[in-house]
Amino acid sequence: MTAELRPPSAAACPGCLAAPAEAVDVARKDARIALSLPGIHCQACISAVERGLNAHPGVRDARVNLTLKRAMIEADDGVAAADLIPVLADLGYEAHELDPGALSATQSDKAGRELLIRLAVAGFASMNVMLLSVSVWSGATDATRDMFHWISAFITLPAIAYAAQPFFRNAWEALSVRRLNMDVPIVLAIVLALATSLWETSLSGEHAYFDAALTLTFFLLAGRYLDYRTRAVARSAAQELAALEVPRAIRMVNGAEQETAVADLAVGDLVLVRPGGRMPVDGVVTEGSSELDRSLLTGETVPVFAEPGQGVSAGEVNLTGPLVIRASAVGEDTSLHRMADLVAIAESGRSRYTSLADAAAKLYAPGVHILSALSFLGWYLWSGDVRVALNIAAAVLIITCPCALGLAVPAVTTAASGRLFKKGMLIKHATALERLAQVDTVVFDKTGTLTAGMPETSNMGDFSRRDLEIAHALAAASAHPLSVALSRAAQAAGIRPARLRNVAEVPGYGIEGVWNGQRVRLGRAAWVGARQGTRTAVWLAVGDAPPQAFLFTDALRPGAAEAVRALGDAGMDVMLISGDSPGAVRALAERLGIEHWEAEALPQDKAARIAALGAAGHKVLMVGDGLNDTAALAAADVSISPASALDAARVASDIVLLGQDLSPIAEACDVAKKATRRIRENFRIATVYNVIAVPLAVAGLATPLIAALAMSASSITVSLNALRLR
Amino acid sequence: MTILTYLIPISLTLGAIGLAAFVYTVRSNQYDDPEGDSRRILSDEWDDHPKP
Repeated sequence: MTAELRPPSAAACPGCLAAPAEAVDVARKDARIALSLPGIHCQACISAVERGLNAHPGVRDARVNLTLKRAMIEADDGVAAADLIPVLADLGYEAHELDPGALSATQSDKAGRELLIRLAVAGFASMNVMLLSVSVWSGATDATRDMFHWISAFITLPAIAYAAQPFFRNAWEALSVRRLNMDVPIVLAIVLALATSLWETSLSGEHAYFDAALTLTFFLLAGRYLDYRTRAVARSAAQELAALEVPRAIRMVNGAEQETAVADLAVGDLVLVRPGGRMPVDGVVTEGSSELDRSLLTGETVPVFAEPGQGVSAGEVNLTGPLVIRASAVGEDTSLHRMADLVAIAESGRSRYTSLADAAAKLYAPGVHILSALSFLGWYLWSGDVRVALNIAAAVLIITCPCALGLAVPAVTTAASGRLFKKGMLIKHATALERLAQVDTVVFDKTGTLTAGMPETSNMGDFSRRDLEIAHALAAASAHPLSVALSRAAQAAGIRPARLRNVAEVPGYGIEGVWNGQRVRLGRAAWVGARQGTRTAVWLAVGDAPPQAFLFTDALRPGAAEAVRALGDAGMDVMLISGDSPGAVRALAERLGIEHWEAEALPQDKAARIAALGAAGHKVLMVGDGLNDTAALAAADVSISPASALDAARVASDIVLLGQDLSPIAEACDVAKKATRRIRENFRIATVYNVIAVPLAVAGLATPLIAALAMSASSITVSLNALRLR
Repeated sequence: MTILTYLIPISLTLGAIGLAAFVYTVRSNQYDDPEGDSRRILSDEWDDHPKP
């Protein structure tokens, strides 16, 4: 029966099934493989991974990047990531394949490099100018002072013209649309400082602010660079993860298999989906029968039976037999994409959040301009001297300049996301930490999030040893997840498989064989003559005896129990909302001690529930992985998804968990709270410095020395305060 | 004070050399994996020659 359903040409072993008849894609001479390794953290890991990979035949060079937790491998053609992942798994390291195409785009990180060189230019120039300034402050006079000022000017002008370009550009962009941003007062301060200093120097004046203009640029660029780096790391990793979905499918053309890109499939094409493969398109089954795992789309754990005539949706996973489907919707029209559209609607709500930095900038920019304009006017009216008034206005602008403000947020975010990255969490969104810090309600999805999507048997004790031996022998003949779980559990319990004859898998139904002259079957309820219950079960029928059910529960994801407990201890409401049946959801909720749970929730229900929580004044963290969660992920104040989640879910979430373990979630909330506290402290520190220094500047008592001290001291305190987070 | 005519150019040149060295290290990807590089010195597997 099995043989009839498979195409006659195909061999029975999955390895041969995987190799298409014609050679595809022979253009590449050698393979460049990139692997994400969320678990590595030390020198021993680097050595073990590199030694293991280099020992693998065909691998020419393997190099681990610990900062990005990634391995780059150069290998002969024919070596695939799928060959190397088990090698690393044997060594005890979790590995995921990354798309080298997306990788090469992020590797040539031009913008970051440019920023770093600008930072270096500003740094080196300010050191030299500071040397000259120190001699002026310590008593150089007359011609010597003038000479030092002129040399400073010759270093400063080209250095600023090069290094401060990002600020000039941003300020110009803001002004050309008649807006104010942080960069406008910065540019004004730099330009005014340079202009008054040049004027003063040409008149042999006492005070020049060249060093201040340069250190200002240096500290601000440092803030920009930190900010950029955090985002670039997150963005590149998120892009590479997004490229994980395999974009290839097998099209049947006149009975021959042809590998094509999913993007090239058209409505009406016949597409072959092998066991273990994911549906690339929406369509109708035309050939074969099997079971479908829809858990990523709906959250149901019980596989659905599929036979010719039945509709399938993109994203479902084919479990047992090969299926040929006729595509009815492809690409953007598939139900997978239509559900992802729900996200776009919910996303618009998210953008309403104003980050602490923006809030500070909104207060700051107009305040500084008004203050400096007022001091110019006041001094001009009082003394009648433009030169004095301009000098004081420049001093006010320089002293209030937002060095510390510019560092306050990025320094903290860098420290916090670095710490979380070490734990295997990737912060994708700039304000994710701030939003995470406010969370008081955590909503979990069930399948694939709290559970690993790996079933385990719960009632082996109800069976006789004889039945277990038969079940083990039958289960060993199939690659269905439930069979695999059953035979693994039997093996672990030391059960030896019974001797059976004529064992054959009937795709979509189960496995049958002959034991001591009796027919034995393991499979779906209806097939063995039993009634389908509500729980995930596989039925065993021995001869004419009444069939018995092996019940399955979903195995917990590692760290799930710890995460739920820790979040509860931290005083948060933990909820479970799933699309699965009430029985399964209740069982899991009781097992983890979650009081509030909802079952059979449709994607819209989940999003609506979260919106209702939000309307009631709660700040909601959503943790989910499925397509049915995407709308909810986008509707929540902040969201987390595991790396195993579907594209759409990862795109919709702010934080991605790189490893299997869920326990970092509780820590992330804690780190986020601390980070937000540090950011507020930093704002306070910056304000205190301004409160002390601004009256001096307005009163005309500020010297370049005081400006330099205030600026450096506040910037350094703010950075040190941020480092306390590590 | 004539000493300044030597010292100032010297200090500027030294600064410029430092800057040039830094730009070189940036351009030759030496900051790609600071975390890993700091740990690799602990490795007891070393090469006598850099990789070609």
